[in-house]
Amino acid sequence: MEQYNSHSDEYHIHISAKHKLFDLKLKEVWEYRDLIWLFTKQKFTVYYKQTILGPAWLILNPLITGLMYAFVFGGIAKLDTDGVPGILFYLSGTALWTFFSSSLTKNAEAFTANAKLFGKVYFPRLTMPISNVLSSAIEFCFHFIPVAIFLIYYVIVGKVAPNWTALAVIPLCLFHLGLIGLGFGIIISSLTTKYRDLSIVVGFGVTIWMYATPVVYPLSMLEEGWMKNALLFNPATMPIELYRYALLGRGTVQPFYLGISWITTITVVLLGIAIFNKVERSFMDTV
Amino acid sequence: MDNDRMAIQIAGVTKQYRLGQIGSGTLTRDLQSWWARVRGKEDPNTKIGSKRITGDTLMALNGIDLTIHKGERVGIIGRNGAGKSTLLKLLCRVTAPTSGEIDIYGRITSMLEVGTGFHGEMTGRENIYMNGAILGMKKEEIDRKIEDIIEFSEVREFIDTPVKRYSSGMFVKLAFAVAAHLDSEIMIMDEVLAVGDVTFQKKCLEKMRQVSDSEGRTILYVSHNMNTIRKLCDRCIVLDEGMVFYDGDVETAIGIYSSDAIGKEKMLRHYYFDESERNLYFSSPGFKITELMLNKSCFECGETISVTMKVNSVFELENVRFRFVLTLMQGDKLGTMFSEQGVDFPIGEKEIAFSLDTTHLMPEKYRVHVIALLLDEFEKEHRLDCLLPGFLFEIADVNNQHYPGYWNTQNTGFVRLHDAKIRK
Repeated sequence: MEQYNSHSDEYHIHISAKHKLFDLKLKEVWEYRDLIWLFTKQKFTVYYKQTILGPAWLILNPLITGLMYAFVFGGIAKLDTDGVPGILFYLSGTALWTFFSSSLTKNAEAFTANAKLFGKVYFPRLTMPISNVLSSAIEFCFHFIPVAIFLIYYVIVGKVAPNWTALAVIPLCLFHLGLIGLGFGIIISSLTTKYRDLSIVVGFGVTIWMYATPVVYPLSMLEEGWMKNALLFNPATMPIELYRYALLGRGTVQPFYLGISWITTITVVLLGIAIFNKVERSFMDTV
Repeated sequence: MDNDRMAIQIAGVTKQYRLGQIGSGTLTRDLQSWWARVRGKEDPNTKIGSKRITGDTLMALNGIDLTIHKGERVGIIGRNGAGKSTLLKLLCRVTAPTSGEIDIYGRITSMLEVGTGFHGEMTGRENIYMNGAILGMKKEEIDRKIEDIIEFSEVREFIDTPVKRYSSGMFVKLAFAVAAHLDSEIMIMDEVLAVGDVTFQKKCLEKMRQVSDSEGRTILYVSHNMNTIRKLCDRCIVLDEGMVFYDGDVETAIGIYSSDAIGKEKMLRHYYFDESERNLYFSSPGFKITELMLNKSCFECGETISVTMKVNSVFELENVRFRFVLTLMQGDKLGTMFSEQGVDFPIGEKEIAFSLDTTHLMPEKYRVHVIALLLDEFEKEHRLDCLLPGFLFEIADVNNQHYPGYWNTQNTGFVRLHDAKIRK
């Protein structure tokens, strides 16, 4: 639809009814990197304005969820935690899953929630999903504070031994899950511009996905069989196990399935961007 | 084609909208269209024909061809639903055309709405950054200009207050200040000046004119406010039913547009003129025709129209001339009557009456522009007041004994000149 020809310091934009399917327009997104950062910042400043506890909610929120999981899954259901103290296991799991699920759900409504803004001015629409993932990542950093506190305590007590050398892969896990959330999110949001059915599915879909991912239980708990195979092909499984392996010293990482997960992720992201850019052109007419 | 001079080139652009609700019926048709495409057949849901509404689709734009050159200030007018906003949306890339091509030479910024992306919870300063970034500015560019922007916006005291506490006027000022400081070559604005107060409106128009003159910036401006169009634009396009109806000089375009609107109104015998109806660009603020009365609004051919006007002047003026410009309803100027001599005006209100002769006018509706002016010693005119239009009247086709048979204006025009004399 558009081309940037910056030759001889002259901008030329060509708009036509035809559309190139695999025009990812990433260069244009880079031009607007300041906007991505501002969107990210805005999501924070706005969210906690006029609350009494303010940013404290960022820590309280996952803490309460973690305690709840520890009570239900650890206390009542007595699920295995791979020998990791329950509270640390659930807190670290929810922190990472919250990052993923919020990337996914925020992006799933990228078009519908921003219809007013998108309808009035042009900027590369992809800036919005990217900033959604970034703001979820910053949230994760806050969520990680209670995790770190418990981790330090249990390391001192001697109950947990992180793989110190592998800790560097945690950002990579984050990046990986962020991409999955981005890819699936923008596909859903592109499809919901016309038919809203999918947006209804997203709410409980994410919950189902959580139970199909080793978040509140370790992968090692499962016996060989179709259920474990299905879980291995779930692209979110390996990054979570890798994260746990690095952070808690326990986790089942299989390089083959990690590779599969990356291939799935990249396919989904590329496909997502292509669909997103196609829908972006005319979604204002149907949204 | 000369690309250096061209800012925007629009060729054969159409935009189709679907009417009605989107539901399962839409899905069925989508699948039908898709299946037809897969088999290489013709899409059964494509409507053929030039009608604007066919079935459940509407052609918001029905084939637009336009070339806009660098540095032009183009006004776009038209009734509601004529396609103005759709055209701007296509240019801003908010939505894509159904068919056709658009080429834009230069960076483009749009203000389709006041304060796009403004967030009530954020302060004025934060919103300047946000809004600027959305409109395509880099952070360092905003850093450089922020002082100018705050200065222009006139809301310096409130710049660190959340904008949800702003009045709507302050909101507009801040938003416009950001847009006015963009470095783009092409600016697109939709009705944005409508909210600010008169002084700020004036300031904005001046700023726009100034950047257009000094930097050769191209401006596209949509408005229903003819005064701002007059002040800002040097070319005007009238859109109607999704097509270009007129493209040319501003006064003619406004004439066409307003004749369209006024034609549906009843003719009055008593007119009141307030600020908004005036062509301020041509008028002096101290001299105003405030009311205008007619003896009646429908005349027979040859009857005299009595026009009484109330005039308010803050100066003592001598030898004020009046000019009555007759135009047809679609805007063409037909002829002019001058006041036979100048009139003196004291300070304050004065009533003045004229008789206008209709001898030569044939049955039709007419508009009359009333212009008051002074001539200086070099015969140069200084307009005091301009009423465009001042009033309407109709010559009815009754008791027309001067002409044998039926006068058809399409064949014979609107003016009956003196009969040809037979000499032999």
